Amino acid sequence: MFRRTIPTILAFVVGVFMIVQFFVPHPVLQTLYNMVLDWKQVVFGCVLIVGTLTLVRHHAVRIRFRKQGYGYSVIALVSLFAMVLAGAVWGIEKGPYPWLFDYVQIPGQATMFSLLGFFIATAAYRSFRARNVTATLLLLSGVIVMLGRVPAGEHIAVAGVSLSDLATWILDYPNNAAKRGILIGVGLGMTSTALKIIIGIERSYLGKGD
Amino acid sequence: MHPSPDPGIWLAAILTLAGFSFLWRDNPFFKVMEHMLVGVSAGYYLVQYAYSALYKKLYVPLVVQGNLLFAGCAILGLMVFARLFPKRSWLSRYPVAFYVAAGAGYSIPSTIQARVVKQMQVTMVNFLDQGSVIAVISGFLLFLGVVTVLLYFFFSAEHRGVLGAASKIGIVTLMIGFGASFGYTVMSRITLLIGRFQFLLGDWLGFL
Repeated sequence: MFRRTIPTILAFVVGVFMIVQFFVPHPVLQTLYNMVLDWKQVVFGCVLIVGTLTLVRHHAVRIRFRKQGYGYSVIALVSLFAMVLAGAVWGIEKGPYPWLFDYVQIPGQATMFSLLGFFIATAAYRSFRARNVTATLLLLSGVIVMLGRVPAGEHIAVAGVSLSDLATWILDYPNNAAKRGILIGVGLGMTSTALKIIIGIERSYLGKGD
Repeated sequence: MHPSPDPGIWLAAILTLAGFSFLWRDNPFFKVMEHMLVGVSAGYYLVQYAYSALYKKLYVPLVVQGNLLFAGCAILGLMVFARLFPKRSWLSRYPVAFYVAAGAGYSIPSTIQARVVKQMQVTMVNFLDQGSVIAVISGFLLFLGVVTVLLYFFFSAEHRGVLGAASKIGIVTLMIGFGASFGYTVMSRITLLIGRFQFLLGDWLGFL
């Protein structure tokens, strides 16, 4: 009972409360609602600590048993502790914490994402083939949007319309139509899943076992 | 050529080059950069949440303001750590249930409003009242596209006859949309790549 039933009841009560408060703007409910949001953030903060501890444990085990490439684990742990120490000692506004963010995290993330450009392009080269009408449409709209987003696109015209304008039209209309159709479908799917969680039909978030 | 004297710029440039070295193949320079990034990112978010969530939302109301209701929040937070002890890990189901249900309950009205009603509203309301002929045709195509995409995902009836024709228009719309999204994503990544080269050639080496 304490392991599965009460957490399910808790989920039901909290879920129903969150729906009700949306429709009943009473000050008491609003105060409770703000409190639930605060509690949510605290729980998330604790989950983040548990996640970080798991990461530390994973790398510590690698170092302890001298597994292949354990030197990289040392780098990961040193970077992690340096960042935490910097934030704890000098604060988050100035000192080494924002410095590490500006000169390690930002360039690192930007480089990683820019690398994806190469991999997406090579994957597209291998998979984009004008085999049938729909595949050709996919290929054409991709090419038009890519060419239309560079300065040369303004000087290339198809039937008097520049590729730049054509790319904007494709993004604004057919692309928007596809996105909206998917968004509406996703929205309905999210709502039904949320209802299943609150009612207790969907309990996979509780994990397996007792 | 006027290389930057700033050690931070040099560190960022070396990490950028180490990242790009992956284009050749997986190598120790890339792995060093990758693990450094993982460690720094984990530390960054840990400190951010420790300050914005645990300090501001728990320590201040509970200890500084003396609001004892937040003791429940502290207990819920502590129960998360039961995850680290297999025999008591079931205790962590309480905060997980609380978090998931609060998110689910919050998402029902907001999702219906933002992802369903609002999307339908901007698609259907006054889509023919656009000013120019091109805009009216475009508005109609947008409306037709949304309806046919939805019909394409309607699996309760066999896609034959009118439904079959409509779903074919839907898949054409989807393909154009996917192609456009792909092109847009590639270009955004290329923009980041150009940014990195501008950094290397400008901020670091001083060529630009």
